[in-house]
Amino acid sequence: MGKIIAIMLVVLVVGSAYTFVGLGRWFPETIAAHGPAIDAQFRNTLVVVAIAFTLAQLALGYAVVRFGSSGKDARAVYTHGNDKLELVWTAVTAAVFIIVAVLGQRVWASLHLNQAPPDSTRIDAVAQQFQFNFHYAGADGVFGKTEPKFIDDSALNYVGLDPNDTAGKDDVQLTTLVIPQNRPVELTLRSKDVIHSFFVPALRFKQDMVPGMAIKVHFTALKTGKYEIPCAELCGQLHYNMKSFMLVVTGDEYDALTASTGSQFQERFTALQQQYQ
Amino acid sequence: MSSTVQDAVNIKPTRGGEASGSGDFPRGNGGRDGPGDWPPGVSSDDASEPRKYQIGIWVALGSILMLFAALTSALIVRQTPALNGGLKDWISISVPPMMWFNTGVLLLSSVTIEVARRALKHNLYHRFRNWLCVTTALGIVFLVGQVIAWRELAAQGIYINTHPHSSFFYLLTSLHGIHLLGGVLALISVTISALRLRISVRKRLAMGAASVYWHFMDGLWVYLFVLLFFWR
Amino acid sequence: MATVGHAHGAGHHHEPPSGFVRKYIFSTDHKVIGIQYWSLALVAVFVGMALSALMRLQLAWPGHEWGFLKFLLPNAAANGTISPELYLSLVTMHGTIMVFFVLTTAPQGGFGNYFLPIQIGADDMAFPVLNMLSFWITFVAFVVIILAFYAGSLVTWLQDYYDIESASNGVLGPMGGWTGYAPLSALGERAGPGQGMGVILWVTSIALFCIASLLGALNFITTMLNMRAKGLSLMRLPLTCWAWFTTAVLALLSFPVLLAGGILLLLDHLAGTSFFIPGGEYVNGKLVTEHAGGSPILWQHLFWFFGHPEVYIAILPGMGLTSHVLSTFARKPVFGYRAMVYALFAIGLLGFFVWGHHMFVSGMSPYTAIAFSLITLTIGVPSAIKTFNWLGTLWGGQIRFTTPMLFAIGFVSLFVSGGITGLFLGQTSIDLPLHDTYFVVGHFHLIMGVAAIFGMFAGTYFWFPKMFGKMMNEGLGKLHFVLTFIGVNAIFIPFHIMGMSGAPRRYAEHDKLGYLGDIMPLTRFVSWVALLTIAAQFLFVGNLVWSWWKGKKAAENPWEATTLEWSVSSPPPFDNFGGLEPEVHRGPYEFSVPGATKDYSMQTEPETAPAHGD
Repeated sequence: MGKIIAIMLVVLVVGSAYTFVGLGRWFPETIAAHGPAIDAQFRNTLVVVAIAFTLAQLALGYAVVRFGSSGKDARAVYTHGNDKLELVWTAVTAAVFIIVAVLGQRVWASLHLNQAPPDSTRIDAVAQQFQFNFHYAGADGVFGKTEPKFIDDSALNYVGLDPNDTAGKDDVQLTTLVIPQNRPVELTLRSKDVIHSFFVPALRFKQDMVPGMAIKVHFTALKTGKYEIPCAELCGQLHYNMKSFMLVVTGDEYDALTASTGSQFQERFTALQQQYQ
Repeated sequence: MSSTVQDAVNIKPTRGGEASGSGDFPRGNGGRDGPGDWPPGVSSDDASEPRKYQIGIWVALGSILMLFAALTSALIVRQTPALNGGLKDWISISVPPMMWFNTGVLLLSSVTIEVARRALKHNLYHRFRNWLCVTTALGIVFLVGQVIAWRELAAQGIYINTHPHSSFFYLLTSLHGIHLLGGVLALISVTISALRLRISVRKRLAMGAASVYWHFMDGLWVYLFVLLFFWR
Repeated sequence: MATVGHAHGAGHHHEPPSGFVRKYIFSTDHKVIGIQYWSLALVAVFVGMALSALMRLQLAWPGHEWGFLKFLLPNAAANGTISPELYLSLVTMHGTIMVFFVLTTAPQGGFGNYFLPIQIGADDMAFPVLNMLSFWITFVAFVVIILAFYAGSLVTWLQDYYDIESASNGVLGPMGGWTGYAPLSALGERAGPGQGMGVILWVTSIALFCIASLLGALNFITTMLNMRAKGLSLMRLPLTCWAWFTTAVLALLSFPVLLAGGILLLLDHLAGTSFFIPGGEYVNGKLVTEHAGGSPILWQHLFWFFGHPEVYIAILPGMGLTSHVLSTFARKPVFGYRAMVYALFAIGLLGFFVWGHHMFVSGMSPYTAIAFSLITLTIGVPSAIKTFNWLGTLWGGQIRFTTPMLFAIGFVSLFVSGGITGLFLGQTSIDLPLHDTYFVVGHFHLIMGVAAIFGMFAGTYFWFPKMFGKMMNEGLGKLHFVLTFIGVNAIFIPFHIMGMSGAPRRYAEHDKLGYLGDIMPLTRFVSWVALLTIAAQFLFVGNLVWSWWKGKKAAENPWEATTLEWSVSSPPPFDNFGGLEPEVHRGPYEFSVPGATKDYSMQTEPETAPAHGD
């Protein structure tokens, strides 16, 4: 029986390695400025984990083969432990874990402990059951006032823009997030009803959108294209179907889009959508 | 049946030497000794585990403490605008006058239960019985007083869903009330035994635990009173 | 059997009750209560597994019409398809039932209740009546959670009965996940079907469960501190007892916090308060005017302050049992006994300071997140000590491959596989892409799901002879082990890479996401393996039934083990030791003592040679 367990453990190690590496399913290619750092941290952790995992599983496999009972009269080694060995082992793992833990905060700190650069492109994101709305300041660069009492889904005023506020006259609401390439973007995340989560796998980024809170986050996308934004926090029966798109466009395209209003805006937006299929 | 009569008036342990001095029950030596030493109707287990009520009550208080600690943290979060979306909706209600009276009653009951407990310890039986009855009565008065305090507030139109302070007020005082009700029920059970001149070893041990619980409920009340009305 | 105490008449414990009800139903005997808990968990685990089977069917063949569902759930799946809301109900119920009524119930309430008193040489728990109450409240909680499952049908029926305009579409229970995040869970039916009555019943069940667990924890702690046999010093306790004790302390301090959260949530539903519902809510096309100012994050803090210790409540008994079984069948003392005890404490203690790692992306302060992350990774240290000492226990042993031993070895392997991925998730940076994906689902299923279940299997195969007086079939047991071990790994390891490619959890369908377009073959593979693994569990049930009915009679000490439960008959007499008080003379794991005649020295054996161990 020891041999069977050992074989299963070897298969487990090989199978896990194959699953992680051989199947070719990995994170999607990152487009975020901070993405490579997260990927590197993941890879480094994976190396530590893979070594520890393999050693532990194979040691277990070795033990069950090597130390199988050799008969009723055979006696095991009588020992209650080895303090020195335990101390060394504990110290080594503690050191490894602490190093990993400290390194694992770097990207987080760069994203969350710093303010967004002052020249960031600012967009408000407002989630609701089951769609994301994005509120752009328009040509004047000033957001109109919003209040829950002005929300009117049937009039497509999803974010509750105050119709009397002149700053809001040129504001645009889209269900697509359009951001400029290579420029820092600051999103203010809100929710109208329940908790949703803004998640873009290619961005290596996720943040819950919590009703009653306005959470500011920032990142920079380096590659143009169209990326999915699935909702990553259970929000109700159509949670699985709640998604939006993020269009990363060139800086010029973005400037041209936000400078335009009305039907011109619609045309440019439609053109961009077709461009980045 | 003669043994029952003897048992009925037996309020002090009959085991040799234990009645003198502190009068406390023998600390467990873990021994599940032979049957001969114990008065009828008394399980030797009760004496082999004399500390179980003491340990049990402290453990139970640990979990009650956690319950109220969790609710305290909830109150602080709810009270701090920065933590609840910037909404300044905390409207303080003033102390219902009845609650001062209730607080006095409860504090007094802590004194009386202590007198009763010491009387039992010294086997002053009548003294124990009287003060126990007083304590139980005070506990009931407190609970009735609380109902009156709630009605006072309700008469002012302040209900549990009126605003966050009233929510926490009703919630915390009623949770305290439920816990105190448990204490009152325990006391009533001991009181009935005492009035029937039948106080078993088990009840005797439980009495010590009940008084610890009672003092805790008293302290908890003072804490909640301060938290709800005087803490900012 | 000695007759100590029998002369006394009423008030003592030593005489078994004679009526059926007092003996088997409302029994205060810890052994009966232990079996009741264990049986409840056995029923619950099959309910939970059936739910997961339905989930796997939907994920692999979304939208397929399953004929049998029309009969099984005529209301919720009238046309045989699993709707998204039904899927979420399944998710919620699977999680809640498994976490509370299986992982918390069997290892602690079941085995702990049965064996803690015997292993410490006591005749029962400290408070037998509380113990009985504790079980029956748990039972009621289980009935209520099953009712929550039919909340939709219940509401529909009531509406029809009283001729009220029907608002419910007859969907199953709540669908907010076992974590029940507010405000989705606090807003009632307007936030989604099942969120009204379903959530009310769900949270009521959880509150009842909290109370039952608190009574149980009170009993465990008092019993272990106060009722140990003569000579059984703390450092001579079996590691199982230490694990149950630590678990009880965790339960004692964490369940009140969940209870507090549950009460607040219930009040938001029933009393119109606003603890968790913020202002300015616009739900389902309507402004919410009657609630304002609550904090959704508060629920998460209260929930996870309980939720993280709960993970350890589920796994610690399994860790204790694994140490116990490994030592017994390696015929070798536990390697580093004291370190094992301190590691249990360390895991329990640290477990109270890491709840925030479930909330890195919740909107909590990013500084707090870093603190939580650092403490989280330090839990790896005591966990590594455990793994190392398990290997140390096997090293140089004379391993007997009995079925309980196989599951204990499986536990070690799964503990490594499941625990080690925590190294990724505990880091704030790496949690950004992985949070709330299948990576997390794979991680916690391996460690607190399957590893803990392996602990329960090991416990069942190990103690069945003592509990029922019959041996279980070894051949079937081994087959069960091999199939289950392969199955669970083949199910949950692929989850990690699904998570890496961005598959969010709690999605009724995955192919709505373009970047997951090619995930179907893997999903179907997992579903097939899951169904086969579930089928393999019937080997276990068959083995239980067959062994109970026709199994070989078990001797007093069939495993040649050392602790006190093996010094009495199988099953033990009503008061465990026949009125005698056992006396303990040595540590719990004295195997292969040099110079001894046998390769095991029982704790009760009087010293003939100088004492070994402790």
